[in-house]
Amino acid sequence: MLDYLKLAMLGLVTVFAAIAANYGLDAAYKLHAWIIMAVSGGLFLWQLRRTGEPAVAVPTGEYMDGPVRAAAIATAFWGVVGFLAGVFIAFQLAFPALNFEWAQGYANFGRLRPLHTSAVIFAFGGNALIAASFYIVQRTSAVRMWGGNLSWFVFWGYQLFIVLAATGYLMGSTQGQEYAEPEWYVDLWLTVVWVAFLLVYLGTILKRKEPHIYVANWFLLSFIVTVALLHVVNNMSIPVSIWGSRSVQVFSGVQNAMTQWWYGHNAVGFFLTAGFLGMMYYFIPKQAERPVYSYKLSIIHFWALIFLYIWAGPHHLHYTALPDWASTLGMVFSVILWMPSWGGMINGLMTLQGAWDKLRTDPILRMMVTSLAFYGMSTFEGPMMSIRAVNSLSHYTDWTIGHVHSGALGWNGLVTFGMLYYLFPRLWHTKLYSLRAVSWHFWLATVGIVLYAASMWVTGIMEGLMWREVDAQGFLVNSFADTVEAKFPMYVVRGLGGIMFLSGALIMAWNLWMTVRSAGQKPSSDLVPAE
Amino acid sequence: MDYEFLRSLSGSIGTVFLVASFFGFVLYAFRPGSKRVHSDSAEIPFRHDDAPAQDSGQEAQQ
Repeated sequence: MLDYLKLAMLGLVTVFAAIAANYGLDAAYKLHAWIIMAVSGGLFLWQLRRTGEPAVAVPTGEYMDGPVRAAAIATAFWGVVGFLAGVFIAFQLAFPALNFEWAQGYANFGRLRPLHTSAVIFAFGGNALIAASFYIVQRTSAVRMWGGNLSWFVFWGYQLFIVLAATGYLMGSTQGQEYAEPEWYVDLWLTVVWVAFLLVYLGTILKRKEPHIYVANWFLLSFIVTVALLHVVNNMSIPVSIWGSRSVQVFSGVQNAMTQWWYGHNAVGFFLTAGFLGMMYYFIPKQAERPVYSYKLSIIHFWALIFLYIWAGPHHLHYTALPDWASTLGMVFSVILWMPSWGGMINGLMTLQGAWDKLRTDPILRMMVTSLAFYGMSTFEGPMMSIRAVNSLSHYTDWTIGHVHSGALGWNGLVTFGMLYYLFPRLWHTKLYSLRAVSWHFWLATVGIVLYAASMWVTGIMEGLMWREVDAQGFLVNSFADTVEAKFPMYVVRGLGGIMFLSGALIMAWNLWMTVRSAGQKPSSDLVPAE
Repeated sequence: MDYEFLRSLSGSIGTVFLVASFFGFVLYAFRPGSKRVHSDSAEIPFRHDDAPAQDSGQEAQQ
C-alpha cells in the first residue's frame, strides 16, 4: 500500500515539476524544476521496479551503516569542493581580474561567496553531522537505527537540498539572509528532510537498550531540534508567485535583522558548536581509548551552553538600529558563554590525562586535540570581539573573517578530519591506508590555518585603525580604496594558507580512497572476530 | 497573548524559571551517589561497538 502511495506522490511531483519548468518566471526556478523533475521521475521508475517484489528481511543483529558510509564520503567530497571555492574567492579578492568578464553574474565573488560558506558549513559540516549522528546514536543506544530506509531519505534529501542551494546561488536565487540564502521552496524541502532526521534520531533513542542517554546524543539532539526551530523562524517568507523563486520576508527592518542574527549566531552555536561537541564527546574518548574526563562537567557544559547560546545573537548588531539594551544583552551573554566553552574544551583535553604520550604516535588524536585548542582559542576571541568597544574596531573588518575561519577550519575542520580517519577503517573493516599521510595532512592544515588567522588579524586591525584615523582637523585620513591597497600582501598570505589547507584535504581524500580500495582486496576471513 | 503580556512574562517568571531550572540541573548533577551513575554512563561508548545489544539482556555482552 505504501509503495503505491509513494508512486502516486512521485508521479504527481514529476508532473508538477514539469509544469513548473514550463511556467517558471526565472532561470534558477526553471533549472530547479528540471532537477526536481529528473530526480522524482528517476525515483518513480526505481520505485516502480521494486513495487510488488517480496520485502527483503531487515537484519536486526547489525547496525545500519550504509547511510553513515554515504555521509562520510559526502563529507570528504563536499569538503574539497568547499575549500576549493574558498581558495578561489580568496584569490579573487587579492587579484580582482579573477572575476572573469565572461563569467559575470555566475562566478564573480558575490555569487561564489555564499556557495563557499554554504558548501563548507552545510554540505561539509552537515554531512559530517549526519554521519556522526547516525554512527553515534546507534553505538551509544546499542540498537539498529529506527525508521528503516528513512535515514537514506535523510541523506539523499539533504544532498538534493545542497544541489538546489548551490545552483541557486550561482544563478542569483537568494533571499539575502546570510547563511539562510536559499529561497522558499528549498527551505520547505529542507524542513521536510530535517523532520525526517529528527524522527530517525528520536526513534533510535526511544528504543535504546542503554538506560542512560550518552551525553554526545544530548548535544546532537539539541543541534537537530534547535536548527529546526531556527530554520523555520528565520525563513518565514511569502513567495511572490508559486512559479518563481522570489519571496518576501515576513519580518522587515530591525526585526528582520534581529531574527537573522538570532538565527545566524545560533547556526554557529548549535550547528557548528553543539553538533560538533557531540562528535567530540564520542570520538575523542574512543580515539584516546578512555572515558571522558568528567561526565558531571559534560552535563553542566551541556546545560550552560544551551541556556546561554540562544541569547548571544545581538552582538552582531552593535551600533545599528537595534536598541542598545538588546545589543548589551547579547554582549553580556556572549562573554558569559566563554565559561561553558572552556569547560567543554578542558573536559575534552583532560580526557587525555595519563595518555598524553599517544599524541606522539597517533596523528588522528593529535588532530582532534588541536581542534580543541582552536575551539578554545576562537571561543575566547569571540566573546572578546562581542564587547562593544572591541567590536567598534573589529566589526566589518577582516578580523571577523579570521575569527570565523580559526573556528571553522581549526575546530570544525580538524575534528571532522579526525572523525573521518576514525570512521573509514571501521566502516569498511580495514586499516587506514597511511598514517604518514595523516601527519602530512595535520601539518598542512595547521600551518594553513595559522597563516590564515594571522594574516586576517593583521589586515583586520590595520583596516579598522585606518577607517577611524582622523587628522588634526577631524577629517578622515584614509579613503576606502587606501585600505584595500594596504591589505594586498595579507590577502596573498591568506590565499596561500588556503592552498595549504586544501592540499591537506586532498591528501585526506586520497588516503581515504586508498583505505576503501584496500578493504576490497582483503579476503573477508581476515576479519578479527569481536571478543 | 499580546506583546506586553509576553514581554512581562519573560521579564519575570520566565527569567526566574530558567535560572532556577539551570541551577536545578547543576545541583542534580552533583547529587550524592551520582558518581557511580556517571562513571557508568561515561563507559557507554565502549560497550557496543560492533553490534547492537541482544534481546537476552546486555549483561551477557559485558
